[in-house]
Amino acid sequence: MNKKHATISRPHLSLDAPSSSGEAVGVALAPRGEGAIGRERRPSSDVHLAAINLHKTYHKGRTAIPVLRGADVKVRRGELLAIVGQSGSGKTTLLHLMGLLDAPASGEVRFGGNRVDNLPSRQRDRIRNGKISMIFQFYHLLPELTTLENVLSPRMIRDGVLSYMRHRRQHRADAAHLVELVGLKHRVDHRPRELSGGEMQRAAIARALVNQPEVLLADEPTGNLDRGTGNEILKLLRTLNRQEGLTIVMVTHDDSIAAQADRIVRLADGRVVAA
Amino acid sequence: MYKLLLCWRYLRTRWIALASIVSVTLGVATMIVVNAVMDGFTTEMQDRIHGILSDVVVESRNMEGFYDPDWHLARIREVAGDRIEAATVTVTVPALLNFQYRGTTVTRPVQLIGIDEAAGGMASEFAKYLQHSDNRRQMSFALHESGYDVADPTGGAEALVRPQLADAGWTHRRRWGSLFNHQRYVEEQQQKLDQQQLEPRQTVEPPPMQAPPAQPGETPSTDGSENFGTPEGTPGGSAADGAPADSQSEADAPPGAQVTAAEPAAATAQATAEPAADPFGAPAAAPHRFDPESEQATGCILGMGLSSYRVENGREHFLVVPGDDIKLTFPTVGQPPRAISDVFTIVDFYQSKMSEYDQSFVFVPLRKLQELRGMIEPRTGVGFASSIQIKLKNEADGDLVRDTLQATFPPELYVISTWRDKQGPLLAAVAMETAILNVLLFMIIAVAGFGILAIFFMIVVEKTRDIGILKSLGASGRGVLGIFLGYGLSLGIVGSGVGMIIGLLFVVYINEIAAGLGRVTGREVFDPQIYYFSRIPTIIEPLTVGWIVLGAIAIAVMASVLPARRASRLHPVEALRYE
Ligand SMILES: Nc1ncnc2c1ncn2[C@@H]1O[C@H](COP(=O)(O)OP(=O)(O)O)[C@@H](O)[C@H]1O
Ligand SMILES: [Mg+2]
Repeated sequence: MNKKHATISRPHLSLDAPSSSGEAVGVALAPRGEGAIGRERRPSSDVHLAAINLHKTYHKGRTAIPVLRGADVKVRRGELLAIVGQSGSGKTTLLHLMGLLDAPASGEVRFGGNRVDNLPSRQRDRIRNGKISMIFQFYHLLPELTTLENVLSPRMIRDGVLSYMRHRRQHRADAAHLVELVGLKHRVDHRPRELSGGEMQRAAIARALVNQPEVLLADEPTGNLDRGTGNEILKLLRTLNRQEGLTIVMVTHDDSIAAQADRIVRLADGRVVAA
Repeated sequence: MYKLLLCWRYLRTRWIALASIVSVTLGVATMIVVNAVMDGFTTEMQDRIHGILSDVVVESRNMEGFYDPDWHLARIREVAGDRIEAATVTVTVPALLNFQYRGTTVTRPVQLIGIDEAAGGMASEFAKYLQHSDNRRQMSFALHESGYDVADPTGGAEALVRPQLADAGWTHRRRWGSLFNHQRYVEEQQQKLDQQQLEPRQTVEPPPMQAPPAQPGETPSTDGSENFGTPEGTPGGSAADGAPADSQSEADAPPGAQVTAAEPAAATAQATAEPAADPFGAPAAAPHRFDPESEQATGCILGMGLSSYRVENGREHFLVVPGDDIKLTFPTVGQPPRAISDVFTIVDFYQSKMSEYDQSFVFVPLRKLQELRGMIEPRTGVGFASSIQIKLKNEADGDLVRDTLQATFPPELYVISTWRDKQGPLLAAVAMETAILNVLLFMIIAVAGFGILAIFFMIVVEKTRDIGILKSLGASGRGVLGIFLGYGLSLGIVGSGVGMIIGLLFVVYINEIAAGLGRVTGREVFDPQIYYFSRIPTIIEPLTVGWIVLGAIAIAVMASVLPARRASRLHPVEALRYE
């Protein structure tokens, strides 16, 4: 990605690991609140992630279901954007396209000014792994792994066995730091089935952050949680957005959740309209 | 990295998959056991066969044999001398063995082999299987005083004990010899009295030496004197003085002696050497009375299986032991061949533990057999022989020597074979059996492969959502493929590794297991009576074990290829939406 934005985003991450040595070894996010007060950022005006005229049609047997019919979204750097819409309106589909999990029938996805939807799969895999990460309504943690291992999994996917093992301690320290950051320190070695919904979503957020992404796509992150827990998750996302400058796109059908976003767009009839 | 971690976690949490490789485990274990036992049997049998058979044998196609074995020996050395360590002449002829045991005549068909004592017997490991330690060092047809091994010398730590051999040898021979002499003396006195009664006018007493051969000797002339009229001419009358009636009465007489020779009085050992004047001539030459107490007949070495039978607990019961006399009947080389008999003294047993050999081979001195069968040309003293046994130098190739010799000796007259050729059908049968078992067992493992395939598909379906998650986190299709291939590989390694350990343990403790099974079922699983093995022979061939394990792992990996490919091609969105 372009270097300009890297230099912009880097300062928001506190380099508190003494042994940190460059790209391979990650940079840990500062614990919530620690030294971050007063560094609140406002969204800038340049477009970080953009969906341009996206079309997507599902086929069920012989009937075609057009879900997206020219959807346009421009996500600005550092903003928290909420996409609202009725159930079945295509919000998840749009998010998957923007997260490069799926390919649009037509249209473009731009990330930092470059078109990315037509990149070779290996490069798209890398973007998913390190630049644009996602969290889901159903958390989607790997059931065989502990909280810490789940958080570490994007690192494991990124690095080969040897380079991973070489920086094993650093990785674990980073992950432990993130687990602490999302408030799961006491659940480090638990399996997902031993966690509550809110805890699982926290673990999923920590996992989404471990490779220091620039954009976080959240698909109804509170959809399966009670209001109180949902609000805490939302607060966590809000903090990440404010203090770390993380660009967040959040899909929800709950207007009261969406209300806390910087900006809200509505998906209806396969198009995006300002709400 | 995640691949390893997930492989490991799946391995530890999916017990169903471990169940699917149980058949791989069992297949591998069974294959290792079968191969080890089959290898053990084959090697053991080959050792035993090779122990008796020479590396290469040149045989005559006809019963008379070939003329002038020394010339043949020289010719053989000429064409292949550099590869030959030793070569000896033998005469082989089918024969009948009989001896008296507790008043009944025991008769057995045997293969009579005349061997050259001076040349060390058979040009093979033959001497190794003899039961007297001196004979094992230097084979001899002279009866030993005693010292025959009471414990099976090749039996190792759990060797069979043979208490009957404790006093075998001269000790035993003197005991029954004195009984026999006493019996003979009593009978002679009886006859003298009878004669005096029948011919009271006759004043001149026949000399006591002539009396016994005169009367009982004439009666069995059908079996004795006629047969002994070989070209060389054996003084028949004096030779055939052992009458069946004689032995019969004698056999009943000493009830204590468990063994009595059939006709120990046949003093052919000395008689044959005498020049033949007239076969039916009067006993002109000073007749020598054969005294079993101090003399032995021609020595012979009997296969263990001919002299004993097995009793309940696996022990042997000997019908005859070294020191006893036996009678052998075999054809002469004349046209038409006639049967001749002679008495031999058992000087040793041999036990190769190839029951086929131990129950049929009898070894006697070559020259004696040649003489008896009329295989010596009277004027020149040059003999006939039926085969030449060749021992090769260690590195020499038997097939090569055979081919060389085949070029020298015309195949119309000679059969030239290696020991492998001779036992080819047996060895081939064993090899075939091993091959078929291996194919069947490997098919079992292959079937297990389909089990793995099915269970892997199940796991892939079950893990669909996780695969979607991994892809959403940036895992590539190859990475997902790697997880499942690695999973198959590690299952294969675990399955066949466990199978290997079970198999090897089974092989190592096979005798204990067989004994335990025998105790549980009440039937002996492995009957040493049949196999002549005191322990089940096994050989662990590391290469074979390696191939089996590798094959099983390959099958497990191959079975996981299809499910793994399916997993790698799962669309992440579909996978994530999968409920
Ligand atoms: N794989 C699919 N095949 C067919 N139809 C699909 C598939 N995925 C989604 N849809 C349809 O597309 C529409 C949009 O779905 P989705 O993007 O999940 O909506 P939302 O997230 O807004 O609830 C729905 O009507 C759904 O039934
Ligand atoms: Mg949805």
